Amino acid sequence: MNEQTEMTTRQEDGALRAPTERELILRPAVDIFEDANAIVVEADMPGVAKDRLDIQVDRNSLTLEGEVAITMPEGMRALYADVRGTRYRRNFSLSSELDTEQVEANLKDGLLRVRIPKRAELQPRKIEVKTD
Amino acid sequence: MFGYPTSFDTLFDEFARINRELDDAFGAWGAPASIRATARGSFPPVNIAASDDAVHVYAFAPGLDPSTLDISMQRNLLTMSGERAIERQGDADYYLRERFGGGFRRVMTLPEDVDPDRVEAAYRDGVLHVQVQRSEQGKPRQIRVQ
Repeated sequence: MNEQTEMTTRQEDGALRAPTERELILRPAVDIFEDANAIVVEADMPGVAKDRLDIQVDRNSLTLEGEVAITMPEGMRALYADVRGTRYRRNFSLSSELDTEQVEANLKDGLLRVRIPKRAELQPRKIEVKTD
Repeated sequence: MFGYPTSFDTLFDEFARINRELDDAFGAWGAPASIRATARGSFPPVNIAASDDAVHVYAFAPGLDPSTLDISMQRNLLTMSGERAIERQGDADYYLRERFGGGFRRVMTLPEDVDPDRVEAAYRDGVLHVQVQRSEQGKPRQIRVQ
């Protein structure tokens, strides 16, 4: 079997096929900030409805995933495109002071806001200085 | 080239395909740009698709107040402008600020046969959909063979 044939075979079984254009993953633009109590991620995911949004969180990572769903009339052809994919995905690693049990998420008009609070015992406390 | 995809996925395949074709045809020089074209990465990104009856523009503009959007048509030129207010927390430390904020304006040249009087716009899930009907004379007509 020469190299050419082997490549073809591999493509036919599908396992090593290069991702097609359909699987092109969009990387949503995000703002991330931290205040005294939490870290907040704001992500632009236009076209994603609530039921097509998937937020996975475990101790070490946060994954945002969403699929663009727009009802389109039939018989359309493309003229121009800035947006070439239909799926958003982005991944962040988390650190242990975050309380991943208490994550809150809110999606409105294609804007996702995820708030991950810090563990209560690790939130900064103001130390009062006593004077006699 | 002018297939008639029906599902959303196949339309996106189409979008990807036309970009690939332009890249292939013009290589590093890029496609000859419309004189009103903006740099890639301009806000909001748009996709444009057409059927026999209408031209559809989808602007991916999340988190906007639709009442602040200004959409106008002059012949076949579609202009969208507005302001995207991003509330930034004053007392927070920012690690990433990738989201676009501020004023924007995009002008798009649509096919010649659109009817500027029949335009509808809707905003849903952060996508602005502008639908412009095409005039009757632009539609393909069936020619009967005698």
